Amino acid sequence: MKKLDTNSNVYTIIYATIIVVIVAVLLAVVNQVLSERQEFNKKLDVQKQILTSLNIEYTAENAGDLYKQYVQEDSTDNGLPLFVATVDGAKKYVLRLRGRGLWGAIWGYIALNDDKNTIFGINFGHESETPGLGGDIVTAKFREQFKGKKIKNANNDVLSVAVLKTGTLAPNGQEQVDALAGATITSTGVNDMLLSSLIEYTEFLQEVDEATYEEAQVIKIIERENNETN
Amino acid sequence: MALSQKTKETLLGPLNTNNPIVVQVLGICSALAVTVQLKPALVMSISVTIIVALANVIVSLIRNTIPMRIRIIVQLVVVAALVTLVSEVLKAFAYDVAMQLSVYIGLIITNCILMGRLEAFAMTNKVWDSFLDGLGNGLGYSIILVVVAFVRELFGSGTLFGIRIIPESWYVANGGFYENCGLMVMPAMALILVACVIWFHRSINKESK
Repeated sequence: MKKLDTNSNVYTIIYATIIVVIVAVLLAVVNQVLSERQEFNKKLDVQKQILTSLNIEYTAENAGDLYKQYVQEDSTDNGLPLFVATVDGAKKYVLRLRGRGLWGAIWGYIALNDDKNTIFGINFGHESETPGLGGDIVTAKFREQFKGKKIKNANNDVLSVAVLKTGTLAPNGQEQVDALAGATITSTGVNDMLLSSLIEYTEFLQEVDEATYEEAQVIKIIERENNETN
Repeated sequence: MALSQKTKETLLGPLNTNNPIVVQVLGICSALAVTVQLKPALVMSISVTIIVALANVIVSLIRNTIPMRIRIIVQLVVVAALVTLVSEVLKAFAYDVAMQLSVYIGLIITNCILMGRLEAFAMTNKVWDSFLDGLGNGLGYSIILVVVAFVRELFGSGTLFGIRIIPESWYVANGGFYENCGLMVMPAMALILVACVIWFHRSINKESK
């Protein structure tokens, strides 16, 4: 048999075609087989993040069950994801945050009390912030600061919470937390992410149940009177 | 199993005298990117070792059929297919690690060690030798990655595999005297550490030059 000329044009083209088809089929099959598991992982990852934002401790095994137990509603508001959970009998709303850090994407979930104002808990994630510096946004120490802060002012405007260097004052009089030392750009990223993501939810956040709103006003008046008498 | 002199050379050479990173100076970029902590460095090492060994075997198997003009493209397709496989498997079975390594798994394709070994060895050698060569080079790469990651995680974060080694109470924040070395977590430090490894390696291997 004559030896095949592996350098002819026809052979090269046929060879390339066969290789590409084999690889394409192989990858398509693997993707099909594994996609269910990957989707499950992706969902579980989001569920874990939401649990963290709700201050619920979980292990790798019970995360899925805990999520089912606490989170009742998984809906969207104007195309934005919105989760409704009940923790210790109180209703919580969980909103998604998305932004940009120093090296790549940062994201998170923020849990609000049913006044749609007070932060109940928060969770951050990042793609490639510097470990030990910007990467510290995921630590409990940084996240704890947000608890109990208000994201709206008395006029029901969404102002978010400012992330600022210790000693600086928030420009619009909103509540603030301390930025991470040595991670200015990541901290600014978190600040911008909170503002831009919460602004997207403005309609949902401002639409407050009358009763809750009035109650808040009454509390505010009482507080003011107390301050004056002091 | 007794290894012949040549086999030994193929497998063990890349671990020391012909190390891909410190002697051939290939694959530096990923060595900088994934060595902040040990765990991703180890997963990266295992992934690269598996991929380079398998790619070597596959390319060696089809080496006589590959048209010379498109050989680089064929090698690239083989590597890309394997990398995609590894990435899919990691996403399915080790999601956390896959997220941590993010783009670097995909970037194994561009790791010079792979193309280097395929072009320099697998294209002209038998399957078994190519497998050993791939394995050896993968392991040679792994050694350096693990050494660099060990130093960087220990001094940069005070942990190893995420487990605390330097006690919390030593830190200045908790009234101690110790502070993590911030430079260790920066990519530049990986380069300096790799340079130190090269320095050390060359000074004990003088006669082989």
